[in-house]
Amino acid sequence: MKKLVSTLLSLAMAAGLGTGVAMAAGDSEYAKAPREQDWSFSGPFGLYDKGQLQRGLKVYIEVCAACHGLDRIAFRNFTELGYSEDQVKTLASEYEVTDGPNEEGEMFERAAILADYFPNPFPNVEAAAYANNGAAPPDLSLMAKARAATRGFPQFVFDIFTMYTEGGPDYLYSLLTGYQDPPQGVEITEGTYYNPYFINGVSLAMAPPLSDEIVTYDDGAPETVDQYAKDVSAFLMWAAEPKLEERKSLGFKVMIFILIFSCLLYLSKKAVWSRVEH
Amino acid sequence: MSGGHSTYEPKTGFEKWVDSRLPLPRLVYDSFVAYPTPRNLNYAYTFGAILSVMLVAQILTGIVLAMHYASSTAGAFSSVENIMRDVNSGWLLRYMHQNGASFFFIAVYIHMFRGMYYGSYKAPREILWILGVTIYLLMMATGFMGYVLPWGQMSFWGATVITGFFSAFPLVGEPIQQWLLGGFAVDNPTLNRFFSLHYLLPFMIAGVVVLHVWALHVTGQTNPTGVEVKSKTDTVPFTPFATIKDAFATMVFLLVFAYFIFYMPNYLGHPDNYVEANPLVTPAHIVPEWYYLPFYAILRAITFNIGPIDSKLGGVLAMFASILILFLLPWLDTSKVRSAVYRPWYKMFFWLFVANCVFLGWLGSKPAEGTYVVMAQIGTAYYFLFFFPILPLLGLVEKTRPVPNSITDSVLEKSGGGKPEAATAAPEDRG
Repeated sequence: MKKLVSTLLSLAMAAGLGTGVAMAAGDSEYAKAPREQDWSFSGPFGLYDKGQLQRGLKVYIEVCAACHGLDRIAFRNFTELGYSEDQVKTLASEYEVTDGPNEEGEMFERAAILADYFPNPFPNVEAAAYANNGAAPPDLSLMAKARAATRGFPQFVFDIFTMYTEGGPDYLYSLLTGYQDPPQGVEITEGTYYNPYFINGVSLAMAPPLSDEIVTYDDGAPETVDQYAKDVSAFLMWAAEPKLEERKSLGFKVMIFILIFSCLLYLSKKAVWSRVEH
Repeated sequence: MSGGHSTYEPKTGFEKWVDSRLPLPRLVYDSFVAYPTPRNLNYAYTFGAILSVMLVAQILTGIVLAMHYASSTAGAFSSVENIMRDVNSGWLLRYMHQNGASFFFIAVYIHMFRGMYYGSYKAPREILWILGVTIYLLMMATGFMGYVLPWGQMSFWGATVITGFFSAFPLVGEPIQQWLLGGFAVDNPTLNRFFSLHYLLPFMIAGVVVLHVWALHVTGQTNPTGVEVKSKTDTVPFTPFATIKDAFATMVFLLVFAYFIFYMPNYLGHPDNYVEANPLVTPAHIVPEWYYLPFYAILRAITFNIGPIDSKLGGVLAMFASILILFLLPWLDTSKVRSAVYRPWYKMFFWLFVANCVFLGWLGSKPAEGTYVVMAQIGTAYYFLFFFPILPLLGLVEKTRPVPNSITDSVLEKSGGGKPEAATAAPEDRG
């Protein structure tokens, strides 16, 4: 009868857990599967590569931030990327934010401080849409968790065991490096760009944002589209899931505790039940 | 089984003083210590305990989350992100609560399938079963409303689709829908009342759980043989036997739960729910949480009009019927034998039913077009045919295998002999 339980369990798993991902991004019939990358933060002991996050922040500031907001990240959060408080204060002071009203009831501009959130390039969605051909560039704070290509059967079952949770950054990386000329016979809307990885259609309104040597790295990392795309995708994963390291390290302790406790309970159970035939 | 023969003996003067005024310790002792449980229960019978743990975990994490949550359309999404980023251990509470809902449903589905496999719903346990189905319905309502609260894209559009079901009913449908929503569309009033109800319903579940356990303790548990407890040798006291086994099973369940919380917290969710709700942008595919998918498939399988009933109303009726038919299960099953162990035909149809539920779940995640629709119609047909006429007919025509005389007999036979007399000593007196 133990078989019954395990069968029920595995069925429930396959049914429930599986379909959860099967339905993720169901609109990707035309999208190509993202190219899976090696990420430092994957796996049970995965950690963010601080150098990579710093490079990714640089790419975000110098390229993405021209159009995309990062509303949920405050300057104080950048200390988690390995910067000292003074370095972040200096970075913040380069930005102007609106504060107020002051004693005279007037709004005023001042340099940003640690507590301020990263300023949005546009005052509102309407302005963002107006400046971008009608398509407002989405905020990037949660982008690495808000996009994922469908995994399909049976991959979504294997994903449980391989602990694959990097669908978001894989997608962002593939999209950023995936721009190409449309294949013959494929019509795309004027002012959009063909990208086989895009999950919401054949082409998107964002022009290819990266090109080689567009951002200067000071740590010797290659200044290529491929490297930029990887770094900024990792940075966006951090922006979306800043507690990832804390989560995984606590998780390990919890799993070990439960495992040992389960063994003790099993032995106790065996001892108690050895008194009766069952 | 709890028929008035309490074995609780207050020892200290204080215990006697309490016992003669409010015999709560006696109730607890009789229910969770001395309570006799069949000695042949397997691990499928541990899910009741697991569900109790999950209910408490959901209520506790939920109460703390509610301290940081803002139920307004302007603030809900940001307040959840604030919990994830700035509240101490907020990410842990939120991931526990979010994945806890899924694991609550995994446990309840195993619990229900176990009840169906061993015929636990049969007389005299009809009320016990009905209370269980009631809890399941309350869970579905709670889960649905909880999913709306983070105010992501899938929250909003899921709520729009599901409350839209009511508009399928002629005449009264639209007024009912508007009354539920507090307006003409899902908006601030909807979010506020869903939050209120999401906080209320778990306590109603807890109330029905008390009745469920009460009913269980009146009739006693079933067991894999389906034979009622006949003598004292058929049972072992709840503590330590069931307590330690439930504790072990719960810990193993929590191990899997922890794996998801800490390593794949978003696996069971939908990426679109990390996009704030936007009434102007419809997601390409609106899908409910995984635990509703079989019913969602049934809803969409009805693509044809049946007489005066159009396909939309037909789908909604089929979906409600697929849940409500569970209430009738004790009377649809006409077999005299309780457990599937001795019912070869029922066993086959049962596993087919389980596989069909998984199949419908998969179809619920697929777009309702092409062959998927036909497959969903076949799955829906079997879902209902299983309850009627297969179940009532099986009871009449099935040739069942011989049922053991008693639980003790079956246990001793399995463990390879020993005279029944050898086991008549009460387990407490041994080793």
